Amino acid sequence: MSAQTPILEMRHISKTFPGVKALTDVSLQIYPGEIHALMGENGAGKSTLMKILSGAYQADAGGEIRIAGQLVVIDGPLTARQHGIATIYQELSLAPNLSVAENMLLGREHKTGPMIDRGSMEEACRSVLQRLGVHFKPSTKVSELSMAECQLVEIARALIANSRILVMDEPTTSLSSRETEALFALVRQLRAEGLAIIYISHRMAEIYELADRVTVLRDGSYVGTLDRSELSADRLVRMMVGRDLSSFYKKDHDAHGSRGKVILSVRRMGDGARVQDCSFDLHEGEVLGIAGLVGAGRTELARLIYGADLRTSGEVSLDGKPLSIRRPQDAIDSGLVYLTEDRKHLGLFLDLTVRENVNLSVLGRDARMGGVMDLRAAKDRAIAAIKALAIRVASEKVQVGTLSGGNQQKVLLSRLLETKPRVLILDEPTRGVDIGAKSEIYRLIDELARRGVGVIVISSELPEIVGVCDRVLVMREGRLAGEVGGPGNPPITQENIVAIATGMSEEAAA
Amino acid sequence: MTAPGNDTSASVQSSPTKSPGADLDRAGAQRAIAWRTTLQAVGMLPILIILGIAFELMSGRFFSFQNLSIVAQQASINTVLAAGMTFVILTGGIDLSVGSILAAAAMVAVIGSKIPEWGMIGIPAALLMGLALGLVNGALIAFARLPPFIVTLGSLTAVRGLARLLGSDTTQFNPQLPFAFIGNGTLFGVPWLVIIALLVVIISWFILRRTVLGVHIYAVGGNPDAARLTGIKVWAVLLFVYAMSGLASGLGGVMSAARLYAANGLQLGQSYELDAIAAVILGGTSFVGGIGSIWGTLIGALIIAVLSNGLILVGVSDIWQFIIKGFVIIGAVALDRYRLKGSART
Repeated sequence: MSAQTPILEMRHISKTFPGVKALTDVSLQIYPGEIHALMGENGAGKSTLMKILSGAYQADAGGEIRIAGQLVVIDGPLTARQHGIATIYQELSLAPNLSVAENMLLGREHKTGPMIDRGSMEEACRSVLQRLGVHFKPSTKVSELSMAECQLVEIARALIANSRILVMDEPTTSLSSRETEALFALVRQLRAEGLAIIYISHRMAEIYELADRVTVLRDGSYVGTLDRSELSADRLVRMMVGRDLSSFYKKDHDAHGSRGKVILSVRRMGDGARVQDCSFDLHEGEVLGIAGLVGAGRTELARLIYGADLRTSGEVSLDGKPLSIRRPQDAIDSGLVYLTEDRKHLGLFLDLTVRENVNLSVLGRDARMGGVMDLRAAKDRAIAAIKALAIRVASEKVQVGTLSGGNQQKVLLSRLLETKPRVLILDEPTRGVDIGAKSEIYRLIDELARRGVGVIVISSELPEIVGVCDRVLVMREGRLAGEVGGPGNPPITQENIVAIATGMSEEAAA
Repeated sequence: MTAPGNDTSASVQSSPTKSPGADLDRAGAQRAIAWRTTLQAVGMLPILIILGIAFELMSGRFFSFQNLSIVAQQASINTVLAAGMTFVILTGGIDLSVGSILAAAAMVAVIGSKIPEWGMIGIPAALLMGLALGLVNGALIAFARLPPFIVTLGSLTAVRGLARLLGSDTTQFNPQLPFAFIGNGTLFGVPWLVIIALLVVIISWFILRRTVLGVHIYAVGGNPDAARLTGIKVWAVLLFVYAMSGLASGLGGVMSAARLYAANGLQLGQSYELDAIAAVILGGTSFVGGIGSIWGTLIGALIIAVLSNGLILVGVSDIWQFIIKGFVIIGAVALDRYRLKGSART
């Protein structure tokens, strides 16, 4: 295989943004028929490198890109596509109001004269869809498809364009484990067909399962490339963060705090559809996990408690006093806050500055004369938050939209913490966050628990749940199906959680 | 598979936690941010100055004190309407009814001014009229969750009818208008119209940049879903901005009535909403909400007034004035987008 010409060579690629050097002299070689993982913390330059490859950005002068040995200039998304490069982004780029076939052939519609030829388009798409083994029709509207199916449409679109290089950016973020399995099988099939796949992911498990080689970037520079045989978690982590992470999950707070006073008590919470009859207690200084498959109703439950959605039944009490939460503001006023899983769309204000984002929930408390902002207090708070959570940002006046994922998450967390909450519900607190920021967020959760705050962590990453939580509730199909950790319960292990989440434990008992 | 070239073994670099250039990069980044902020703040000001110079060169009369005073007066009513419109557009909405509300308020102002001894009541009556109509718009948008375009398109028509109804479809005159000084008087040589417009701009700036409500307006425009989850009363923000726009239109009605000593429900304020929207957009405020400033709006309103005035000075016919104005608006915004490429969105 070493005699082969690489299908893609990127050499000495640098990229400078005003005031920031995003990439410094990075080189990358990809062979046909390999799955090449690209790893690195957020802000390491993975996305920038891939955007240069897909034509969204132009590299600085001096670098070169070769496709199958030939020097090419990629000056826009169109040329990238012509050179056989297809990118599947985290945020899918399909038009939901169009059909699968129209999306797959967008910009290259088949025509008879001036008329669009739907029949011929659907015929062409059908064979590709069959090759992928999917069961929906080319005429299906994309809005009727699930996230996983949309992703298949994106892949199909890449195939129908005869792409030779497929870039996948965190493709499993919103997939259930079954869908992830199916995607992996497909990715392997594409490798067997000779495609080169560049696979970006933060999840070690996926890298082990799929990657033939792994290239690691850090701070915009090339760190190294590992062969499959050389892979180990220790080594990868060391390459990514430049240091050891001996105590990645930190649990210094008293794990038996769970026997302390009950802070939050939720009874018979339900919305009549996706969440039914959920009751549980949260203790002072406890980190309580909520696990379950995607779609089990974890986020929905949290939103009901927080007052973001309408509930049909259920009561919440804090410190023994019943709360009447009808909207998020009521919850915040009572000392209960919720970190959304979707920080870009439901959490942050990307056009506003760090200062404004950090202060939004407490502006009213700080204000003078019934609504005039205390700019000094706001600035002090923002600077203190930047320091406390080690947010990497030039100044508190920077727009939040320009920060990396990990730093954005810290800004959002700061806003919640400024309200001095008694109970924090964290929904996927480390989604799309790099390893360094992850460990800092774990440390923060530990610190909060030590101070007696009740923390609920919702997560799809089982190692995270196991590593961080004192007790875990497992949801299945909208109900609390079981509990691990804590006295009288089975211990917290990934196996025990999966068994309850999938219903296998009940089958075994029956 | 053998890894190619120099990558054969995993060459883990020794890790300097901070490159020597990091501080330099940081200073550079801060300079870049400062530069961009300046560019955004200056906005369309260069266009305004270039237009002024061009008209001076062509007519030789543009920069006379008398003419500048006329331009400022011509810009004043539109500035007031556009200030209200800025609040609305910052939340991602639109208010098409400002011209009609202005007409209804002007009718109320003139009719009220005819009450013997109590003529000044015309001013608060007109302001209340504007506020009330704005609140109706706001309530329909905030509580009934109807789209702003539809609601204010409806009130554009309905309030126009109301304005005609108020004067039984006749023009109302009052040669002894008690508050005529607003339209024609000066304070230390500065026309009252101009003083009022500047006050409105300053108050708007204060609300937008120095109050909690102001941040909430930007937040609702930038990301309404997140605003709700953050505990912002989105309904209150929406109600406020439409009430504010209505109140500004009411004030515009007073100014209009004071200038003319008269009001006409049918003709007054026709298509004023378009000039107000044009001023806001010229000022760099994003049409989808969340980005923009009141100073930009002021400059936008001045550009429109300078164009109208300058084209008349130069002797361009009425028909060509419309065509040129339209192209300048599109061209100026296009130039702005090009200049701030990447950061701007409309």
